[in-house]
Amino acid sequence: MSERHPLFYPVVLLGGLVFGFGLAYSHMARPEVVLEFLQLQDFGLLFVMFGGSIVAGIAFFAVPALRERAPLTGRAYGRRMKSFDRNVAAGGVIFGVGWGLTGICPGAAYASLGVGNYPILWGIAGMFLGAYGQGYVRSLRADRDVDLSAAD
Amino acid sequence: MLELLGTSLAELFPNGISRYAIGGVLVGLGVVIVYVGTGIIAGASTFLESTLSYVSGQSRFKQYRSSRDWRIVFTLGIIGGAAVYAVLFQGGIWTTEVQWWRLLIGGVLVGIGTRIGKGCTSGHGVCGVASASVTSFVNVAIFLAVAIATAQLVMLAGVAP
Repeated sequence: MSERHPLFYPVVLLGGLVFGFGLAYSHMARPEVVLEFLQLQDFGLLFVMFGGSIVAGIAFFAVPALRERAPLTGRAYGRRMKSFDRNVAAGGVIFGVGWGLTGICPGAAYASLGVGNYPILWGIAGMFLGAYGQGYVRSLRADRDVDLSAAD
Repeated sequence: MLELLGTSLAELFPNGISRYAIGGVLVGLGVVIVYVGTGIIAGASTFLESTLSYVSGQSRFKQYRSSRDWRIVFTLGIIGGAAVYAVLFQGGIWTTEVQWWRLLIGGVLVGIGTRIGKGCTSGHGVCGVASASVTSFVNVAIFLAVAIATAQLVMLAGVAP
């Protein structure tokens, strides 16, 4: 790993602090409030998701027009583009069931810990288990594919 | 007419709008701070796999080794920022009434779903949508529809909290 700029971690930390404060301020760190949205009783969550998108979107489109590379990493400015495949749809369905059941998603769960919600550790433990399970299965498949091609 | 509009707004947003709008702008601002400084577009769910790379040698997790350090810093920031809110505005800790088994089972599904689906509410829902990514629009439409249907079923089944 190359040397990091001395301001790299402080800037990432500051971004996380503002991000987490925003999640707590919007009450997204409370699963109950997310569930009220999903039960169509309070549509405030739409303002959080799309409010955040608009602010980030302005930066994603404006900053690359102003300069080419980020000062702390030399990384080229780009946008978040992921290719579409069946996994995107399947993952959306599985995530949707989990989110609908509990009102928790990763970022909001970390923020929930910050507001003192220690029972959320059950949810965070679950997320790590789920992430590990899918990683284990996909690693097995990837390794098998490598073996198969090596045998040719 | 204005009164009618006021009534329906109060029904759609029983807790008002400012809390959500201000919070959302701050969430976006957090993403922007990291982006402007580093060029990195930070989501919250990759932290799960990147952190697992410390304890697992599986090939799936290895690919996140280069980002695992800053993802921990970002996540500690999220926890810290929420703690600042709790101290300034909440006056003590807040805990959920949602039962532990719901959190655990839902958490497992969230962990699988975000990793297979290449993102979560922040990755696709905020950053992907902000990038005008069609993949993210599709993922968000699917997870919103499925989550609303699931929450309705849970409510109908009388599971509370």
